Amino acid sequence: MLLRPTNEDFRTIAYYIGRLTVGLGIIFIIPLITAVIFREWDRSIDFLIAMLASIFIGLFLQRLFPTRHDMNWSQGLAVTSISWLVAMLLGAIPLVLSGHYGSYLDACFDSMSGFATTGLALIQDLDHAAHSLNMWRHLMMFIGGQGIVVIALTFLVRGTAGAYRMYVGEAKEEKVLPNVIQTARFIWMISLVYLVFGSTLLTIIGMLEGIPFVRSLLHGLWIFMAAFDTGGFTPHSQSILYYHSFPYEIVTMVLMILGTLNFSLHYALWNRKFKEFFRNIETRTLFISTTTIFIVCTIGLTQLTVYPNWFAHLRKGFYQIVSAHSGTGFMTIYAPQFPNEWGCLALLMAIMAMAFGGSACSTAGGIKAIRIGLFFKAFIQDIKRIMSPGSAIVIEKFHHIKTILLEDRLVRSAFVILISYLFTYLLGTVIGLYYGYPLDQASFESVSASANVGLSTGITEPSMPNGLKVTYIIQMWVGRLEFMSVFVLIGLAIARFTGARGRSR
Amino acid sequence: MTKNKNIFRLFVCVFYFSFLIFNFLALPASALSSNDLVDNANRYDGQVIEYQGEVIGDIMNRGGHAWINVSDGGRAIGIWVTKNLADQVKTRGDYNNIGDTVRIVGIFNRACAQHGGDLDIHANSLNVVSYGHPRVHTTNRNKLWIALFLFIGIVVLAVLPYVIKLRA
Repeated sequence: MLLRPTNEDFRTIAYYIGRLTVGLGIIFIIPLITAVIFREWDRSIDFLIAMLASIFIGLFLQRLFPTRHDMNWSQGLAVTSISWLVAMLLGAIPLVLSGHYGSYLDACFDSMSGFATTGLALIQDLDHAAHSLNMWRHLMMFIGGQGIVVIALTFLVRGTAGAYRMYVGEAKEEKVLPNVIQTARFIWMISLVYLVFGSTLLTIIGMLEGIPFVRSLLHGLWIFMAAFDTGGFTPHSQSILYYHSFPYEIVTMVLMILGTLNFSLHYALWNRKFKEFFRNIETRTLFISTTTIFIVCTIGLTQLTVYPNWFAHLRKGFYQIVSAHSGTGFMTIYAPQFPNEWGCLALLMAIMAMAFGGSACSTAGGIKAIRIGLFFKAFIQDIKRIMSPGSAIVIEKFHHIKTILLEDRLVRSAFVILISYLFTYLLGTVIGLYYGYPLDQASFESVSASANVGLSTGITEPSMPNGLKVTYIIQMWVGRLEFMSVFVLIGLAIARFTGARGRSR
Repeated sequence: MTKNKNIFRLFVCVFYFSFLIFNFLALPASALSSNDLVDNANRYDGQVIEYQGEVIGDIMNRGGHAWINVSDGGRAIGIWVTKNLADQVKTRGDYNNIGDTVRIVGIFNRACAQHGGDLDIHANSLNVVSYGHPRVHTTNRNKLWIALFLFIGIVVLAVLPYVIKLRA
């Protein structure tokens, strides 16, 4: 039985959204400073407006709905899901004011794409965009990748039970450390360490490849943020192809792989537990699926002689597959080359790589390796059960930080999310078909949006129908939050009208 | 004698027109668009084509050659040029500048064997059609007013609890 949410429920939700919104407003200071440094005065006013608007709305909500209550489960999850929509609307302000977007909807599309670390983009004339605008585009990925709530937990919200509920709502069920605040801080600490090393390495390569120091530094920073957070935005319209650099591709590939690993695994490696890397169900699943998909993709590419030599096959094929599997969306080919040249088999492999996605509790999207791994483990367990005598008890275990017994409830919850993803992929494909796009392209784009990847066959462009833009925004949103917090939000809305009266707390 | 003269004239004419036709086939009639090249990459693969657009971003020197990226407004395509040709480019397009518009004649590669399968153009010639210039960015004064109103709103909201407390 659903309980009808009370006014106190809505007050609590609004108050905490207000707190998160103020936090978002403070972050606008980074692109604002960038605009001032590079004397991009017009852009600096855009960021000032966005910052002030966010702080104003945040304060307004806190003043209007003051509360001292902590959040319960449904409130925490609702705060998270609504916060992402609020972040999209506010994050789009400097984008639309920059003049690089055809409409506010287009800016919202890129804003959600940035926060959800997707990488699909509707920006126009990107090659003439200001440094501050690129800083914001990539910062959105960095914030979204770590999690908007994770930031709030680190800086703004006290370590309460409600804080943990918001954290879970952001598709990060695992606590790396016993305390959720410590977990959030660890996620930031490890990301900042990688940021320093990754950006420095990319800066050096950029300079060696002929890019001046300041631009190398900025590109290094931005590309790191997009790669480690498996985002996919780039400062130029050609994506990674702009650099024409094999070393740049190698480093971004390593960063994409690092970004797709579980933060718990990073913590284990941080504590020199290197064996965990080889024993973990997620790394094993990722290794098997990436290798299998790449081999089949290469067969498809060589069959059609898409590339002139084995090196080109390896370079183009592997990069695109790693980009797809990690959910990054960096490209070293042009979007129309996927449907025009890759052929059905290789294209299907790219779609599968995107659909599977990376690790849970990472910045990657998609179904996630642990769910695929559990699904196969459960499948094997069932086969063993059938083949065993009736009285036999078949036990299956898996290793993820510790050895865990495969229970039906784990398989069930993994299966619910898996089915939800498949349904979302299908729904987006059907809507794409409705707008007249061919099946291969419609399914490719739908999976790319839902799994927060960002690879494109060319459908995503400013001229695409508004209905499809809204569809992809919703897909990116639900895909990033992994459904549960969005389901709770829908449940709250339904319960408002149909639920029984009573205290939900 | 007259007959020989006529044959000679005919031979000269045929030779002259053959030369014209050969040149016509060897050089493309007009610049192709980036969208046309990318969408029909198989058709133009290995052909000498003409492409025109604005130089954007960086000129990335690689030994005696350089990479430049040229955008015609649709897409940007990487051009592999000798350093001498790249030196002709004075302004590159970015937030502050409109880059030089260049006309390139070169070999189009759908998947370049030399560059790991990149779609690129190896330039035989590069001519600057028009030189770049700085971009003027005007600031909209209405934005300043909006910022001011929001700032006042924040101040009011920030001091409001203290005012209420004082009154109480």
